[in-house]
Amino acid sequence: MTVESLYPRLEPLLAQVQKPIQYVGGELNAQTKPWDDVAVHWALMYPDAYEVGLPNQGLMILYEVLNERPDALAERTYAVWPDLAALMREHGVGQFTLENHRPVRDFDVLGVSFATELGYTNLLEALDLAGVPLHAVDRDETHPVVVAGGHAAFNPEPVADFVDCAVLGDGEQVVGDITDVVAAWKDAGRPGGRTELLARLARVEGVYVPQFYAVSYLPDGTIEAFTRTRDDVPAQVAKRTVMDLDEWPYPKQPLVPLAESVHERMSVEIFRGCTRGCRFCQAGMITRPVRERTITGIGSMVDQGLKATGYQEVGLLSLSSADHSEIGQLAKELADRYEGTNTGLSLPSTRVDAFNVTLANELSRNGRRSGLTFAPEGGSERIRRVINKTVSKDDLVRTVTTAYANGWRQVKLYFMCGLPTETDEDVLEIAELATEVIRAGREASGSKDIRCTVSIGGFVPKPHTPFQWASQASAETIDHRLRVLREAINADRRLGRSIGIRYHDGKPGIIEGLLSRGDRRVGRVIERVWRDGGHFDGWSEHFSYDRWVAAAADELAPFGVDLDWYTTRERGQHEVLPWDHLESGLDKEWLWDDWQDAISEEEVADCRWTPCYDCGVCPTMGTEIQIGPTGRSLIPLAVVGAGPRPQVDVDVDAAVPDPVHTH
Amino acid sequence: MARQPDGPPPPPTVQKLRLRYTKRGPLRFASHRDLARALERALRRAQVPMAFSAGFSPHPKISYMGAAPTGAASEAEYVEIGLAVRCDPEAVRVALDASLPPGIDVLECVEAAEGTGGLAERLDGTRWRVDLADVDPAELSAAVQALLAAEIAMVAKRTKNGTKDVDVRAALVSASVGAEPGRAILHVVVRQVTPTVRPDDVLAALAAVADLHPPVPPRAVREAQGRLDGTGEVHDPLEPDREAGSRCQGEPQPV
Repeated sequence: MTVESLYPRLEPLLAQVQKPIQYVGGELNAQTKPWDDVAVHWALMYPDAYEVGLPNQGLMILYEVLNERPDALAERTYAVWPDLAALMREHGVGQFTLENHRPVRDFDVLGVSFATELGYTNLLEALDLAGVPLHAVDRDETHPVVVAGGHAAFNPEPVADFVDCAVLGDGEQVVGDITDVVAAWKDAGRPGGRTELLARLARVEGVYVPQFYAVSYLPDGTIEAFTRTRDDVPAQVAKRTVMDLDEWPYPKQPLVPLAESVHERMSVEIFRGCTRGCRFCQAGMITRPVRERTITGIGSMVDQGLKATGYQEVGLLSLSSADHSEIGQLAKELADRYEGTNTGLSLPSTRVDAFNVTLANELSRNGRRSGLTFAPEGGSERIRRVINKTVSKDDLVRTVTTAYANGWRQVKLYFMCGLPTETDEDVLEIAELATEVIRAGREASGSKDIRCTVSIGGFVPKPHTPFQWASQASAETIDHRLRVLREAINADRRLGRSIGIRYHDGKPGIIEGLLSRGDRRVGRVIERVWRDGGHFDGWSEHFSYDRWVAAAADELAPFGVDLDWYTTRERGQHEVLPWDHLESGLDKEWLWDDWQDAISEEEVADCRWTPCYDCGVCPTMGTEIQIGPTGRSLIPLAVVGAGPRPQVDVDVDAAVPDPVHTH
Repeated sequence: MARQPDGPPPPPTVQKLRLRYTKRGPLRFASHRDLARALERALRRAQVPMAFSAGFSPHPKISYMGAAPTGAASEAEYVEIGLAVRCDPEAVRVALDASLPPGIDVLECVEAAEGTGGLAERLDGTRWRVDLADVDPAELSAAVQALLAAEIAMVAKRTKNGTKDVDVRAALVSASVGAEPGRAILHVVVRQVTPTVRPDDVLAALAAVADLHPPVPPRAVREAQGRLDGTGEVHDPLEPDREAGSRCQGEPQPV
């Protein structure tokens, strides 16, 4: 079968749109394979704009893993901005991939990675542009299998009508299993049509096929039960977990766009999972246990990635990077290795901990000390006990002051408001904290030229966390708390000028809350919003709260539920939650106990350094904590020196001797 | 006092190279900022020993000039780079070309000769070729004659600071029309003025004076960029460097 390129028809349209470069492909390290050489064709989509989607680590990993298989190819597609989407509809050009501008409609599998629920309307837009029926039940065997992945897939019920499958957990191995199933089914002549293919996929570990599960509801609107409609699919679907990250050193060749993206750097994932136990954090709960990449594995990924990309900065990525068992040595040895090469190293997420300042100093020893970010998350010591992110006020002030004393000029502090049990007083403590930080910082650094930026947003309760039962604070509550906080910060003008505040109003959080803890009935709201013109909901210039509220009122009324029912309503212990049949490995009883502990402000320690507290993940999933130290170290690379080694010949009478010219 | 980077200042520039490169195929949709990013990363991958500015965020010494607009292809884009270690220009050209995506092709690389003046001053004109699909060459010819006959042809241009009127006629050095099956070809030489007159401005002027409205978005390619002489010809801007280079062939390179 030959698949036409849409490029000749797309090209005249590109002359009429903003930032056309994002639609032409040709990125460094992009891969193309002949269509007819492989059995299974994957289109991988990140359902947001190219500039946000391209740097996504998950998509890049699966892209390489799939393209390394001789029997598969993977191409990428991203959300198309409204200006091009309108022209594509006018001229009959379908959703396309970037590598060869092939129609998404012609692929076997469309894999969509949902880092956030706010991408759901973009999925519908892409399906519609591709000419794929919106509803899974309306597709036939010529249409791609639509697979959702990413963290949001741990509750795919709101998009259950639109996706054929949802994949829970790590994707590296399961994409291979899916490829095997699709290849075998095609090879056998597509026996049993699409239904048989989906039934086979439903038996792959980690794959959930919503249409084989029926939902019944109780008179009060809550779920009565999920029931299998076939007995050859599992009653409970468990997540996938990749063990031994060193065996999966992806991405080996990160994609480098010509266009600007949100992260102008490459990233190396230094470990996966987190057991700090922050109760608000879905990522930390669903990615357990902790699996570290070794120091040598990280070293070689950094080296190969820099060579493959030409990037100047490497982010050492994880949910809490300073917790890597070899982080101190890693920071020092990487800084040694890249000294004098204009290569920047950074730790994107940091806890409030003096050790983090030491690490940041080491990583920036040759560079600028501009900004350092800490995430206390909660404004008061009390609320930090509730969320299990315990740090005393004194420690916080001491840590930030140390940063200023070490030459850091700007400290950013991340907070949430609307946390369970929170009062105005908890949030107002943020103002006191910021004031004290500036006062102490000026003293410690001997400079008035320091700044503290408070960044704060509304908390959204997520599935598979102890707060999955919690009442979400209303948009009005969030906006009220943000207002009193701003007033308090601005009250003291002597310090207020050194304190900045960045915030998001409460409305988008309510919609995110609806989509996060929603069930299958919410799908009708998503579809209605999209039909009314909604998409790019993560962008304030496109997001319309009123459109969502109106759609929710209309579409949910027949079920006797509403927006508040999904968001501000606290759930009871025995309520069937829409994701109860999807296993993250966390024991529901443990989650409930942890929720009760939160209310009584009791903390829980990290199981990496204290005994197991029986969250349930390791025994349920057959996994274990994998941490170092390994005792290994990074040997210096050949290129270490005062500059990158010229690949081109250097004149023998060079005015400046080449310091690395050793022969 | 502001914190200063530890260690010695970066090595100085010891050699300047001037490069001509292209923007072909789909990469005509790259903006000048996209190209700058691609070039800086390619220089790193090719391990060209760039000179850097001092300070906490050192930047490689690169001078961009006269970038073609987003959507326009080019056979003649120019850039000057400063090196901390002397290199063979041809070796730099080959290494850099291999590191850049297909479509951004480095065609020439010469060492900047002392005393011949800056490169930017030599880029005072561009020869454009604009393909107009489904336009009758006779109709285009008539429109071009009307434009050449006009004394002024003001066109409103969007700039960073709002709309600005520019006289396209004043910047137009010459214009002629060719024909290919199914299309008319517009050849124009445009003088570098501020704000720059681009192919879409010329087309806007043709629309204004002769009501010419191409049914398909026109495709422009910059065929040459360089010095304008009295006859309206565009001359190779690297020629002075090349001539100076061949004169000192065999002699030690200046330090």
